Amino acid sequence: MTEQASLATTPLDGLHRELGAKMVPFAGYAMPVQYPAGIIKEHLHTREAAGLFDVSHMGQLILRGEGSTAVLESLVPVDIQALPENGQTYALFTNDQGGVLDDLIITRWGPECFFLVVNAACKAQDIAHLQSALNGQELKVLEDKALLALQGPKAREVMAALSPEAAALTFMNGARIEVGGIKVYITCSGYTGEDGFELSVDAEHADALARRLLAFEDVAPVGLGARDSLRLEAGLCLYGHELSTTIDPVTAGLMWSISKSRRADGARPGGFPGADVIFQRMSEGAALRRVGLAVEGKRPVREGQAVLDSDGRQVGEVCSAAFGASFGGPIAMAFVERPLGEPGTALSVDVRGKAIPVTVTRMPFSPQRYFRG
Amino acid sequence: MGALATAPRQYAPNSQEDSNMSLTPSELKYASSHEWARLEEDGTVTVGVSDHAQKELGDVVFVELPEVGSTLAAGDEAGVVESVKAASDIYAPVGGEVVAVNETLEDAPETVNADPYNDGWFFRLQPSDTAELDALLSADDYAARCEED
Repeated sequence: MTEQASLATTPLDGLHRELGAKMVPFAGYAMPVQYPAGIIKEHLHTREAAGLFDVSHMGQLILRGEGSTAVLESLVPVDIQALPENGQTYALFTNDQGGVLDDLIITRWGPECFFLVVNAACKAQDIAHLQSALNGQELKVLEDKALLALQGPKAREVMAALSPEAAALTFMNGARIEVGGIKVYITCSGYTGEDGFELSVDAEHADALARRLLAFEDVAPVGLGARDSLRLEAGLCLYGHELSTTIDPVTAGLMWSISKSRRADGARPGGFPGADVIFQRMSEGAALRRVGLAVEGKRPVREGQAVLDSDGRQVGEVCSAAFGASFGGPIAMAFVERPLGEPGTALSVDVRGKAIPVTVTRMPFSPQRYFRG
Repeated sequence: MGALATAPRQYAPNSQEDSNMSLTPSELKYASSHEWARLEEDGTVTVGVSDHAQKELGDVVFVELPEVGSTLAAGDEAGVVESVKAASDIYAPVGGEVVAVNETLEDAPETVNADPYNDGWFFRLQPSDTAELDALLSADDYAARCEED
C-alpha cells in the first residue's frame, strides 16, 4: 500500500471507491481501471447509452497573451490562426526529428487565449516545452480542475436535460455553461468515437457534477480499461503506443492533422519542429504504416507481439490490442511494412509461438458517430 | 479427503458478500498460483481458477485447455487464461491424466467470471497420487495469501 500513498488522486477519488472501482496506478495517479460491471459491460454501455469517465489526470493548461497564436504555431503543424473562438483542434507537439512529443487538444477561448488538454504522462514535459517557446505570454497550469467525459448515444439527451446550450454543440466546439449552478466549460469531443462531451469543472464541484450525471439511468461509470478498448475500436491513437518521439505523423497515419496551410505547398509552410523531415516523409512515403488488425478466433493478441507475413517473416509489430466488444472479437493496431498495409491483407501475429491469423482491417472498427450538426 | 469427496457441488453466491470480497469455498484445495482443485466422488480431480483470480484477471475472453489424454505433473503448464487485460498460465495443481475439459469455455469464456467454482471449471484429472492434494493450500491459508497480494 506504500506505493498508493505516493500516487496523486483526482477530485473524484472518493466517488470511485464508493462505486467499487478497481483503482490502479496510471501516470502517477490512482485511477479507476474498471468498476464492478467490468470492462466489456462498460464498453458496451458506452456504445449503447452513455458512459461517464474521469479524465482529471490529464493536464489542463491556459496559454494567453499577445503572440499566443504564433507560439502554438511554432510548436504544432496546425493552422491555429484559422481556429474560431470556442473551436477545437487536435494537434501534435512535434520534435526536430519529426517525431511526436505528445498529442493534445487546443481550444481557442479568445483572440490570444487558448485552453490546452495534454496527456497526463507527458504533462510536465509539455509544460516545459511550452514555456521554452514563450516570449512574454502566460502559461497557467490548472491544478484545481477536474475533467469528466460523458460519451455515448444518450450523452446529448442527458446534457439537454441539464443545459440547452450544451445540447446544441457540434463536434469539436465548446461553450461555457452552468449545470445546477456549477460553472462548466464543455466541449463536444471525446475519445470513444461516440457523440459526447468533455466537461472541465472546478475540483470542488466535480463530485457533485459527476453524481448529477450518474443520476441519469442511461449514465454508468466507465473506467480506463474500457476507455482503451473504445478508443482502439474508434481507431484513435494513444501516446506511447501509436505515437512516440520516434514515430512521425505520416507513419502514424495522421497526415490529416497537418493543416493544408502549414504543408510544404501551403500558404505558410513549415515553421514547426521537424517540418523538413515530415515534409520529406510526406513526399517519399513512410516505410511503415499504422493499420488495424481483426484477429481470427477468440485468442487475443498483445502489444509488442510480432506481425508475420505468410512466409513467417516479421513485417511489423502490434502497438495496441484489446477486446473489441462492439466489433465482436479481439482487435489490434500495428505498424507493418507499407505494402502489406492494404485492407484485406492476410497476416498473422506470433502469440507465444503460435501464428494467429489476422486481417488488415479498415479503421474505425466501430462506426464513428460524431455529431456534426 | 473424505470431506472433500462429500463436498456439496453447488456454492450459492452469497448476496451479502461485498462485490470486492472473494469467495473461497472451504471444501476446496488451492494452489498459490490461484487454481482450485476438488476431489470428486469418482476419484477424479476437477480444476479451475479461484474467484480471487477471476476478479484479478477481469473479463475472461479466451481459455486454452490441455488435451484430453495428456499427462501432467503437478506444477506443469496446463493451459492459458486470457482476459481483456492479460494472459496467465494455468498450472496443474496435482499430477495425472486429463480425462475431461470444459468445452463450453471455448464459446463462453465469460463463464469463468460468472461461476468460477462450478460451470467455469477448466479440466478434470485422473490423479496419479491423490496425496498431492495434501500439499495444496486450505481455503483459509489461500485466502490469507490473497490478502497479502
